[in-house]
Order: sequence, then C-alpha cells, then structure tokens
Amino acid sequence: MARPTTEPLAVRVLLIAVALAFLALFLVMPLAIVFQQALEKGFGAYLAAVREPNALAALRLTLLTAAIAVPANLLFGLAASWAIARFEFSGRSVLLTLIDLPFAISPVISGVVFILLFGRQGWLGPWLDAHDVKVVFAVPGIVLATVFVTFPFVARELIPVMQAQGRDEEEAAVVLGASGWQVFWRVTLPNVKWGLLYGVILCNARAMGEFGAVSVVSGHIRGLTNTLPLHVEILYNEYQFQAAFAVASLLALLALVTLVVRSVVEWREKATGGGSVEEPELARERPAA
Amino acid sequence: MSIEVRGVTKTFGTFTAVNEVSLTVPDGELVALLGPSGSGKTSLLRIIAGLERPDRGQVLFEGQDATRRDARERRVGFVFQHYALFRHLSVFENVAFGLRVRPRDTRPSEAVIREKVMSLLRMVQLDWLADRLPSQLSGGQRQRVALARALAVEPRVLLLDEPFGSLDAKVRQELRRWLRRLHDEIRLTSVFVTHDQEEALEVADRVVVMNQGRIEQTGSPDEIFDHPATSFVISFMGNVNVFHGRVQNGKAHLGPLALDYPEHPHAEERAAAGFTRPYDLDVERTADAKDGFWATLRHATPAGAVVRLQLVGDDGSLLQVEIPRDRHEALRPQLGERLYLRPRQVRVFLDPIEAPAGQTPRPR
Repeated sequence: MARPTTEPLAVRVLLIAVALAFLALFLVMPLAIVFQQALEKGFGAYLAAVREPNALAALRLTLLTAAIAVPANLLFGLAASWAIARFEFSGRSVLLTLIDLPFAISPVISGVVFILLFGRQGWLGPWLDAHDVKVVFAVPGIVLATVFVTFPFVARELIPVMQAQGRDEEEAAVVLGASGWQVFWRVTLPNVKWGLLYGVILCNARAMGEFGAVSVVSGHIRGLTNTLPLHVEILYNEYQFQAAFAVASLLALLALVTLVVRSVVEWREKATGGGSVEEPELARERPAA
Repeated sequence: MSIEVRGVTKTFGTFTAVNEVSLTVPDGELVALLGPSGSGKTSLLRIIAGLERPDRGQVLFEGQDATRRDARERRVGFVFQHYALFRHLSVFENVAFGLRVRPRDTRPSEAVIREKVMSLLRMVQLDWLADRLPSQLSGGQRQRVALARALAVEPRVLLLDEPFGSLDAKVRQELRRWLRRLHDEIRLTSVFVTHDQEEALEVADRVVVMNQGRIEQTGSPDEIFDHPATSFVISFMGNVNVFHGRVQNGKAHLGPLALDYPEHPHAEERAAAGFTRPYDLDVERTADAKDGFWATLRHATPAGAVVRLQLVGDDGSLLQVEIPRDRHEALRPQLGERLYLRPRQVRVFLDPIEAPAGQTPRPR
C-alpha cells in the first residue's frame, strides 16, 4: 500500500495551531507587553525616558561596543574560516573547538575570567595599574567581553559555506592570472557574501544584547559603563517600570530591524541561488549551422 | 609550446601520487594521460599547471625551467573536471575574467575585451547565452564556457582534467569530436586526463598510460592498442582473457595453453601470464589443430555485429569470446555444449619479480 505523502488535514491544522500558539505565548505577547508598558504613561513619558541622559549614554556605549566588536569578529571570522576551509594544518580541529568555546560556556564565566585577568587582583592587574590603563569597570572591558562572546558567529556561518564551495573556483582564478587579493575580492567574497552578511547580523544582534559577561565587567557606573541591557536592569530594580520598558523597547526595535534585514538576506540568497548549483537543463542547444 | 616533465615525484602523506615521471609533449600535440583513478594522472596535470608543487623533479616549458614559477605566471589554460565556472558571474564575465585581472598597463580596453570575448563565445557557439549565469546552462554548455574562458588569456598550453567526465554519453561523443576539430584548427599544445580508453584513443595524437604513479607506456593510439608494453596496459585497454602459468627453456605453459616463448630461453622458471582479446579466439566443434583447449558454453548475447559468448574452461576459469554474427549463425552452438577454442594471438608478459611493498594505490 502506498503511503500518502501528506498528513491528514486534522493533523496539519493541529500542528500549525500548536506552533502558532507557542509563538504567540512566548514571542509575540512579551514583545507586545514591552511596547504596551513602555507607552503606558503616554508618548511624552516614553520620549522622556528614552532621552534621559543616562539612557542616551547607554545607547551610545551599546552602539560603540557593537561598532568595535562586529568588525573585529568579521575580520577574525573571515580569517579563521578561510584557514579552516582551505588548508589542512595541525591544530585545525583545536581551532574549530576553540571557536565554539564562547558558545559552550556561560557568559557570566567569561566575564569572571576577564576580571581574573585584568582586575586589580588579576594576573595583569598590577601591570595595568602601573601603566594607568583601566580595563575592568571601564569601556575596554565591556568591549573585550563583547568581542569574546560574539566571537563564533561569523566564523560558524562561513565555515560550512566555504567548505561547500571548495577550492575549484579560486584555483581557476589563479590559473587565469589573478593575484591573491583579486581572488579574494572577485571570487571568494562574492560567493560567501550572503553567509557573511548573515553572520554579521547575528553577531551584531548578540553584541547589542549581551548581558551576562558585560554585567560582570561593567561595574554599572551610570552614564559611563552601562550598556542598554544593563540600564534596563537598573531601572527595573529601581521600580521605574515604565522607563525600563521604554529603554527595553529600543533593544526590541533593534532586534526587529535585525530580523527584517535577516529575512531580506535569506530571500535574496534564495533568489540568486547562492546555495547549491544543480538545476534542470534550461537552455536548448542551438542547432548546428 | 613544448612541455617537458623530468623525474617528477609527488607524495601526499604516505601515498606516492606521482613517482619519478618523465614525459615530453612536443609543440602542437594533443596528448592523453590515461589511467584508473589513483594512478596519478590528475596530480601530474596539476603539477604541470603549477597548482601542485612536485617534491622532486622539474617542469620545463619550451626548455625553460618553470618548476618554481607560480601558476598565475605560467600562462596555462586549465579546464577543471567540474568546470569551476564563477557562479556569480555571467557567461560573458566568466570568459572576460582572465583579461580583467591583468595589471592596468597590459589590460585591454573594454571594447577589445568585448570583441575578444564575443569571438570566443562564437567559436564555442554560445554567444547567444552571454548574459546567462552558469547555473542556467546545461553540462555541455558549461564545459564549452570553461574552454572559452581558458582560451581567453591566450595560453601557451591547454590542460584539461577529465573534460568530458561528467557529461552524458551522447554529449560526450559530440564534444570529443569537437575538441579534436578545435585542436586541429588552433594547434595548441594540449594535455587531457581521462580514465576512458576509448576517449583517449579517439581524440589524442599520443596516449600516455599511467598506473600507480608511473608511466606504463607512451605511444600513438595504434601502438598502445596493438602493441601493449605491459600486462597492465593490455588489461586496461579493454576486455581480455588471462591465462596464468610459467615460462622455461623457451616454452610457455599458461593454463590450458602451451606455446613457444623464445624471449625466455633460460632454464630458470618464471611466473607469467598470457593475454588474449575476446575477438582473438576462434570457436570450433572439433579439435583438428592441437593449439587450443575445450570449454563449455554458458551464455550467448548478441551485441550488434558480434555475438558475445561466455564459457567455462575445464579448470573452472571464465572465458569471454566474441565471434562475428555470421560465424555464430553457421556454428549454432548450444548452451552447455563443449567447444574448442583456438587463440589466434596470445601476448605473454612475465610477472614482475617482486612487487615493492607499500604501493597500493589509494583514490585521491
């Protein structure tokens, strides 16, 4: 007996209903509550909370951190995935494991590690003190922690793309006379650009939203070392619920923008067939003259 | 431009892909590197292109050492097995690539590039597809784009890695003949890799048979087919019946066969094998001459102008025989019937004294 290729209608409706209900309960509702609470006391109060100097400072710091962490990890991710996908070298699997390390351990632990390294009682603390360099409880520490936590995103996106792509096209370019840079800009990069952009988007989302590691190294100095997520927490702990939700809505907006960009990227990727190459034979042969 | 390979060796880990290979390709010749997978033919081609660096030995172009020269400076055209077209560029831009990456002072103008690319696309009969992406082309079309792209940089030699390997049988036939015609027109020194002996014999001026990283034989297609130099070559160039045995005092005793073998007049006994093509065995009902042996018919399959017979010898060995259809009509052998087989031609090769250890080929 042949098995039907689709499930019965009832099963399909049930599955879709469960998925939608779950989505509504755990994603849409919280998001709606964020905006509802933020606007509870009217638009004026919302604007006031967002334009409050400490909130603006937190926003600036968050953007600054992302502006440093994302390009740094873009470069690192490109270099690491290139090395891993193109070359066989000893320590390759170690590098692969190390890239995943920030995923594997709790962000709080990464924060504590930075304190142990750069804190006053840490290994490098006395030397940093002597040279009057502040890392922990200052902007450099926040940036370092964020770079560490967002380390794997670009590399993880690129490695499978580059491995699937193989060396053939690059070798073809070399034989045709292209230099190393020309191969990279004209062949390698165009082939991985959507994967790369996707990695950057994820990396950016995490860089702006990171809480755990940053919370440990920041020291929570208002107007100086608070990022948006930390600022939200402080406001909330001080029972300024409306202000907390107003600032949180900024983060939520950033996340929504990220999601939209991501969807556009995925749609573009499909449209240009950036993935696999096999399609039906479209073109007819021209009859021999 | 002539190519010379001198004593080239290349190992990957513990596997010797190319072992002390020397080869000369005269100017304007079309040469096939023929061998099973793992025989080192693709490695040798990549070494000639500069995509792989040999551990030992030299590659010379027109007598000049090019071993240390980078692939991008060798001016070779290379056609990859899976085409390796730039998937994000149109057919036109693929062909134009080699011209666009030239340093500014030698880069042709846009008009010259356009002119050149379109004339190449006309040559491979694809000018009407210039704006398509490679993914929109059929396999045969991609192959021709790859060829046009390789020719655009005016290479001094053309290297092709299994150029027809991933095409279906009919397109393959057409492209083969087309490549041969193209070569006759432009007379560019060319080397192509194949594992298909028919392809090598049909297309090439000269065939180089490789096995386990070494060259077994070099010669014209006729020489390779009619005068195979080693037992590997005769086995690789099509179906063959093998009789194992030994030679001594100018006589060979190979399974059911006994024949003269003056090449080995010594008293010392050596293991040897005799090889007979399926069409070099005559089938008879009576043993009038004494130079054959009896075997039992198991299968008969008509195949065009010939009928293929499968028989079992008295020692249990399987034998393949091809006889013309009219001979089969006249004889009408029955399944299970005992028939007398007389070889018209047997090639005898001494077994190698002792195969060196650790030489098992591994596919790359």
